[in-house]
Amino acid sequence: MTQPNRGGEYDVAIVGGGLVGSALAWGLARSGQRVVVLDEGDIAVRPSRGNFALVWVQGKGLGMPEYAGWTKQSSDDWAGFAGLLRDQTGIDVAFRRPGGFMPALSEEDLQARANAMMRLHNQPDMIRYPYEVMDRETLRRELPVIGPEVVGGTYCPLDGHCNSLRLLRTLHTGIGLLGVDYRPNHRVERIERRDGGFRLATAGGEIGAGKVVLAAGHDSARLAPMVGLSAPVRPQRGHIIVTEKTAPFLHHPTGYVRQTDEGGVMIGDSFEEAGFDTTLQPGVSSAIAARAIRMFPLLGRLNVVRSWAALRVLTPDGFPIYEQSATAPGAFVVTCHSGVTLAANHALTLAPLIAAGDLGDRFKVFSARRFHVPQAA
Amino acid sequence: MSGQATRFDFDIAVIGAGPAGLAAAALAAGRGASVVLLDEQAEPGGQIYRAVTETPVRDRKVLGPDYWHGAELLGPLRDSGAVHWPGSVVWSVARPREDGPRKDGADGPRRIQIGLSRNGVAALLTVRHVIMATGALERPFPIPGWTLPGVLGAGAAQVLLKTSGLVPSGATVMAGSGPLLWLLAWQYLQAGARIDAILDTTPRENWRAALPLLPGFLRSPYLGKGMKLMLEVRRKLTVIGNVTGLRAQGDGVLKSVTYSRNGVEQRLPADTLLLHQGVVPNLNLANATGCAQRWDEVQRCWRPTTDDWGATSVEGVALAGDGAGIGGARAAEEAGRLAALDALHRLGRIDRTQRDEAAAPFRAALDRALTGRAFLDTLYRPAEPFRVPADDTIVCRCEEITAGAVREAVRLGCSGPNQAKSFLRCGMGPCQGRLCGPTVTEVIAAERGVSPAEVGYYRLRPPVKPITLAELAALPKTEADIDAVLKH
Amino acid sequence: MFRRLPEVAGDAIPFTIDGRPASARAGDSVAAALLANGVTTCRNTPVSGAPRGPYCMMGVCFDCLVTIDGTGNRQGCQVRVAPGMAVETQDGKREVER
Repeated sequence: MTQPNRGGEYDVAIVGGGLVGSALAWGLARSGQRVVVLDEGDIAVRPSRGNFALVWVQGKGLGMPEYAGWTKQSSDDWAGFAGLLRDQTGIDVAFRRPGGFMPALSEEDLQARANAMMRLHNQPDMIRYPYEVMDRETLRRELPVIGPEVVGGTYCPLDGHCNSLRLLRTLHTGIGLLGVDYRPNHRVERIERRDGGFRLATAGGEIGAGKVVLAAGHDSARLAPMVGLSAPVRPQRGHIIVTEKTAPFLHHPTGYVRQTDEGGVMIGDSFEEAGFDTTLQPGVSSAIAARAIRMFPLLGRLNVVRSWAALRVLTPDGFPIYEQSATAPGAFVVTCHSGVTLAANHALTLAPLIAAGDLGDRFKVFSARRFHVPQAA
Repeated sequence: MSGQATRFDFDIAVIGAGPAGLAAAALAAGRGASVVLLDEQAEPGGQIYRAVTETPVRDRKVLGPDYWHGAELLGPLRDSGAVHWPGSVVWSVARPREDGPRKDGADGPRRIQIGLSRNGVAALLTVRHVIMATGALERPFPIPGWTLPGVLGAGAAQVLLKTSGLVPSGATVMAGSGPLLWLLAWQYLQAGARIDAILDTTPRENWRAALPLLPGFLRSPYLGKGMKLMLEVRRKLTVIGNVTGLRAQGDGVLKSVTYSRNGVEQRLPADTLLLHQGVVPNLNLANATGCAQRWDEVQRCWRPTTDDWGATSVEGVALAGDGAGIGGARAAEEAGRLAALDALHRLGRIDRTQRDEAAAPFRAALDRALTGRAFLDTLYRPAEPFRVPADDTIVCRCEEITAGAVREAVRLGCSGPNQAKSFLRCGMGPCQGRLCGPTVTEVIAAERGVSPAEVGYYRLRPPVKPITLAELAALPKTEADIDAVLKH
Repeated sequence: MFRRLPEVAGDAIPFTIDGRPASARAGDSVAAALLANGVTTCRNTPVSGAPRGPYCMMGVCFDCLVTIDGTGNRQGCQVRVAPGMAVETQDGKREVER
């Protein structure tokens, strides 16, 4: 399966060792490719260390039905993916798909959610999946710990979650076992096309590869133009709070609150345009805490042990970019803000296509060319 | 708040009521600044002078004259007009964001916001200047079995003595190195407490390295006393030197201590094992505030970067005392005064000349207090096996992560503690790395064959102490804060 | 095991440990009072169930977590004993209700 190695010592150089990069590396190595992963050091903008760990389908894809289908496919493939990882590494990434809820705190909010789900499913070419709009009593049978302000909610049986930090570690363990060369402290400075392949100038020396995959999150914006691609991504800050370990009491993930397999309760999140500043804002944390307590009043007694702000990697429309360069074939860009949900797709579906060198027609809709609209008509 | 209005803004907040904090607050308030002294404990004194106002140990010779010096710092604080808020847990120090209209109506730098929790209620204070006097904590002493009940820090045992007049009963072993170990043993001797053995882990070669520094040490007006005290302990107690390995053993609770000496293992029955190998700066708050820090090769610890006045890399935030690097209680006191003078200067209350003139005697006293420190730092630098433990030893007590797991993470490509933290949960528990941070840095450095400075330290975030979600939820928030969460 | 120095005076403060009557002195933290009453183990960890007792006595190690008057995971060394206080040792993870 290995293609002629024209660029140097590797078939593929992946820029970025987060969830997207390591899932692709795992998939590419399984496809027989010789892979190097070039990563930054211990301190880096690294959303993969700060995400909320949902494997989520509900509500995604309004405006791009293909994204809903792509998301559902990953959700469907996730259990198998987790099984492959467990078989390979012995590590359980704690994927569970018990169905997820979006509790609503007002009738208006519930109506807005119901309408959004309806509009989503009314799109042409939209895949079908089950969901329910629940009134308070129905919801309370499933989630007995909701507070008096919760009026109802939406439910989708496809929603789940995992232990995303363990997923990152497991992917790194897995790529190690597959012979992938992982190189931290190798920030990529420049990429040049040479001899039918690519030369990457990094903080740790020059690397050659036949293909290059940009999975560098925010840094892909800088790197993409070097290989005739574009990745117009911006950081959007989100605060997350975690409580102390607590005996299991919340058996389904919700969009804002979930209990981890280790017992801590993760509470999110916010949407702030603040550049690369990850300083925590007490007022934003407070607003997150207040909403979580309205949904689940029992949470108020728990101690917060950690909180942080991470930076989502967002495109202008919020949907992923998957694209091979037209001017520098062999260079790919992969960027999304759902590296957990889409990990199964990246590892099992996308990586083999990159290995084969052709993404095919299905991914045309995810090209960054959708952002290249004329400025004025 | 009970009827009386509580102030929530001050010129200066001093965090920590040990020697540095007490001296800083007294000086700054005495010169007219409005000062709040925030401290976790119910009574002032910090750890070194813990319970100095109320200790049940009445016989002054037990705790010794250096301890009772702490009481002398309290009068000036009382007279200064500083507001003392005991029982205040500071969980965050930050500047409000720079965007948006100013609300404080003042010129100059934006005010600093302090998140604190008192009696189960969180509040935000605004101040113009912060002096962190967060002191030290005992350096982690990771040995097999150090998590067993019955194993405590020697500093912990000293707190029990100071606050409650408690001393060990049953078989008691002390192990490690450093001044505090000898001081506690001496205090136990005065109190008539039982000590079965002291296992001295000071490496033999440290004496050779420290010897050239001995003359400086002998000039010290304070430290020489420590030597006398150690000699008395050595005369009266069983001290086993050159100990190169330690294990605590027991089935659910400590039963014995095994030590190696000259390649031979011996086992001592023990109900209590008191461990100590020096202290390191308690830097979590400074780190979470964004203060730059550096690796100190001599003291083998991270310390926030400070200038001669204690100013950190974050504008308006200073550090004084052991929290900025270990210098001991007397040095901390003088550093507190220097930081207070600099704060007054920065707030425009005194000019540069006034600051420098007032500082001269304190600087001289600081130099005196630090005389001989290099000797102690060199002599008591802990031996490598006790800083970089073997694979089966737990390094992160909260998440129960072993040194071996950290080494495995390095082999997976983790080049520093933050990636190792996400891979292993090491340092993610409630202690937020206080008991594993120094060890994890050194284990990674040794495994990679690079210096700890290159490896780095945990990047911490508030809250640095737990607060309840309800406390957090009750904090004031702006429309923008709420919109950032709800409007999406 | 710890004992009180004979010179320590002051009134006894009654409290309970897992429902059993116990006695502390003014100035005792909950952790100190546990040790003074012969209780060296205050909890089993939520990770492996290993027993733990007070270790640092200054609020940094979080090993002396206990349930105090019905609230779980309080730092025993940072809370003073009060008359009638109900202190309970803990087993594993905290319950959300307490």
